[in-house]
Amino acid sequence: MVSDKSKLGFYLLLSPLILWLVTLIILPHMGLFAVSMSEKVGVREYETGFGNYAVFFNEPLYWRTFARTAFMSILTTALTLVLGFPIAYYIAKLTRGRTKTTLFLMCLIPFWVSELVRTYGWMILLRETGVLSNFLLYIGVIDTPIEFLYNDAAILVGLVYTSILFMIVPLVTTLDSLDDSLIEAGYDLGGTGTSILREIVIPHAMPGIVSGCIVVFMLSLGNYLTPILLGGKDSLWFTGLIYTQFITRFNWELGSAFGFLLLGLSSAVVFIGLKLSRQSLSNTMGR
Amino acid sequence: MKLGLVSTTVLMAAISATSVSAETLRLLTWGGYAPEEVIAMFEAETGHTVEVTTSNNEEMIAKLRATNGGGFDLAQPSQDRITSAQEEFGIYKPIDMERVDAAQIVPSMLAATASNTTFDGDVFGLPHIWGTSGLVVNTAEAGDVADYTDLCNDAYAGKVSYRLKRPTLIGFGFAMGLDPFAAYDDEAAYQGILDQVEETLTACKANVKTYWDGGDELKNLLRSGEVVASMAWDTGGWQLNADNADITFVAPASGALGWIDTFVLPARGRADDAAYDWINFVMRPDVAAMITNTAGNFTASVGGDEGVNADLKVRYQASFDQAAIDNIKWYPPVPAGLEMLEGATLDRINAAN
Repeated sequence: MVSDKSKLGFYLLLSPLILWLVTLIILPHMGLFAVSMSEKVGVREYETGFGNYAVFFNEPLYWRTFARTAFMSILTTALTLVLGFPIAYYIAKLTRGRTKTTLFLMCLIPFWVSELVRTYGWMILLRETGVLSNFLLYIGVIDTPIEFLYNDAAILVGLVYTSILFMIVPLVTTLDSLDDSLIEAGYDLGGTGTSILREIVIPHAMPGIVSGCIVVFMLSLGNYLTPILLGGKDSLWFTGLIYTQFITRFNWELGSAFGFLLLGLSSAVVFIGLKLSRQSLSNTMGR
Repeated sequence: MKLGLVSTTVLMAAISATSVSAETLRLLTWGGYAPEEVIAMFEAETGHTVEVTTSNNEEMIAKLRATNGGGFDLAQPSQDRITSAQEEFGIYKPIDMERVDAAQIVPSMLAATASNTTFDGDVFGLPHIWGTSGLVVNTAEAGDVADYTDLCNDAYAGKVSYRLKRPTLIGFGFAMGLDPFAAYDDEAAYQGILDQVEETLTACKANVKTYWDGGDELKNLLRSGEVVASMAWDTGGWQLNADNADITFVAPASGALGWIDTFVLPARGRADDAAYDWINFVMRPDVAAMITNTAGNFTASVGGDEGVNADLKVRYQASFDQAAIDNIKWYPPVPAGLEMLEGATLDRINAAN
């Protein structure tokens, strides 16, 4: 009788999760997959086949765009890690009490406005008649206005800015759990700053680093607004291709196939990353 | 108690009575086509309520396709994009001419739109607002830009802009001495034109500051002086002319591209009464003039240009003399499948370095 009741409780608690997974994740993906498998042969005529997937591999333009997107996302992830690690270390190890909370909050505050507004903020700063260009003119470093927008560097700046929080949060959590006495012991045993960082801090923070990297990589790869707005005419991004297939080309079949390819290929990149860093998904995400 | 019951019954009756005649009109349209004041007048006069969603041609079709023609009661795509969408997706229902006050609509435009939007013997579109796309030029800085191809002059490197959409392909085609409209029904010939245009636009890419996407973005670029010449809609040029007399709309030498935005009924629209009421209301000359004053474009309403403010008329006449008007290239209906070819071309231009 008791076990029946607890079983009921288990299923009741499980049902929201199942409902969410099935109705919002599994069913739409099945629908999308079905669409991606139908090749258009004429007006309102479709055939089942892998033709849409073949388009991706046969047209260099598409897989090059994917490669470019993946490469830029990996670069973003690396930059975010390099910039985020000192910040997280400072917050977790060198501050206490209120200062810590305040600093953490300051990292969070920019994320209270939408991504669109933040991106427009960057556009105001970087455009030819913008703040940065005018300031450099004013102090006499340059004599003609410079356009900082509409190139790959602007895309990287925007992506790093939008995703750095997702690197800092897991890093702070893992670094927080590192016992200070371990670092002191390292110094007592004659370790230098770099050797302690390499042998104690980074191995301990590894799960945080990997989970931060996965989140930042996925967010950058799936970002649409930032690359399109900051990249301008050079903003070739894979999500942009999917958008145009769906909206301006009315080609849902190819768009769906691209969506699945993005899912599969990005999962492959993450898998390779986990293998290279010798971490497992349950070890990094499950903590 | 009894009084309460009676008053409740009366109230219920009143509510159900109004719900028979008053409907909610879900309007899918362009920015500026349904000004607040016009909506307020319409709601006061008919009792219907209006919900406006602003969009563009591609998104309108994409939205209606996603719901098989549901979710909206009246939409306003351009006349050349109706038959192909109807043929592919079946998202519209035919117009019942009995319910339209045709006397309010300029007969030639009504007839032209009817013939361009006829599919399987049914008419699907009524003309509403027309306009052109051409060049918006800062005449003080780029006075000699007279055609689309002039945007690729070295003199304006990094200071021009256009959209990466099908009108750009077609405009450049005409400017290069080709005739894309004549090749609409001949896929091989059209592909030939696209290939030539692709070559030009790829070579021109270094000249472009950025491909603009929305009207506000373009106005910002021109106003700040970052861009001195661009392919754009006529109204954008006239609006900028009000702020800066140097900037205005120029009809290109090869001809401005003319479009007519229409009224269509989505296949699963629920408020046809309100939709027809809205059509007959906004085609009234006084209301049409109000819409022209906010949207900047002229309507197909008989006498609708009389109440338009004088400044706008002056700007219109400065941009279009009679020869420029005669030279307008009106978009013929796009055959289904043509967008695929154009899409591949646009993708390649976007990816080129």
